[in-house]
Amino acid sequence: MDSVVLLQRQLVDYTAQLFNEGFLDDQFNQLQQLQDESNPDFVVEVVTLFFEDSERLLNELAKALEQQSIDYRKIDAHVHQLKGSSSSIGAQRVQKVCIAFRNYCEERNIEGCQKCLQQVKNEYSLVKTKLETLFKLEQQVLAAGGSIPWPM
Amino acid sequence: MATHINGSWELGAKMTALVVDDDSINQTIHHRLLEQLGIENQVARNGKEAIDIHCSGKKFDLILMDRDMPIMNGIEATRKLRAMGIRSMIAGVSTRCVKQEIQEFMEAGLDDYQEKPLTSAKIISILHKIHHSGSISY
Repeated sequence: MDSVVLLQRQLVDYTAQLFNEGFLDDQFNQLQQLQDESNPDFVVEVVTLFFEDSERLLNELAKALEQQSIDYRKIDAHVHQLKGSSSSIGAQRVQKVCIAFRNYCEERNIEGCQKCLQQVKNEYSLVKTKLETLFKLEQQVLAAGGSIPWPM
Repeated sequence: MATHINGSWELGAKMTALVVDDDSINQTIHHRLLEQLGIENQVARNGKEAIDIHCSGKKFDLILMDRDMPIMNGIEATRKLRAMGIRSMIAGVSTRCVKQEIQEFMEAGLDDYQEKPLTSAKIISILHKIHHSGSISY
């Protein structure tokens, strides 16, 4: 079988898996639709912004939860931002943990918050790895002379 | 989907828009969404920048106004723009879904409100609300 077709098939299957497992939602499709010949790296650009933003916010959250006196409003503001950016790129599972996180903030539940921080770090790490794999597969298709089959 | 869209008024002039948002991810996405629809647009990082741009004489057909921003938020910026006599279509954009909060934002002078994240479909629905002597074909 043609190697390009094989690679494309791999890419399509992997992407479908990410959607099925809830890592990505329709908003990610929206981003792919915004990519074209004049903006060929759009998705990578936006996702990179998301990575940078998230890492900064996760650091801030860890620091805030280590304080002697917890500033729940500050934590809530950071989680609100993370929730917003994850929903903007379609990182559904990260977004869902943020919703739970904000509820614990409102209840001023320190244990709940710490648990959520751990969870959101995990989910972020997972989606980051998966998106990086996705981009690698795209590069392989392009390098083999194929085209990326978006939008579907 | 809708990538070949003519963002022009019937008279042939290009539509213009202002994206007001403090978040770089939203700025990038909203800018590109509008660009793909053929709408020339620029970005302001907060309400104050939006006001300053208007004070410099620039006008836009559409303003996408984020609610929560530092220095000057979307509610205050909308009020100020209306007080300045700006009649552009202002669509409030936010993640907030509490009725009261949406109401408060609308009462500042919005023509429409959309929940984030924005999609091309949402922007098109905003555009359909713009009253113009001609008709927009999307």
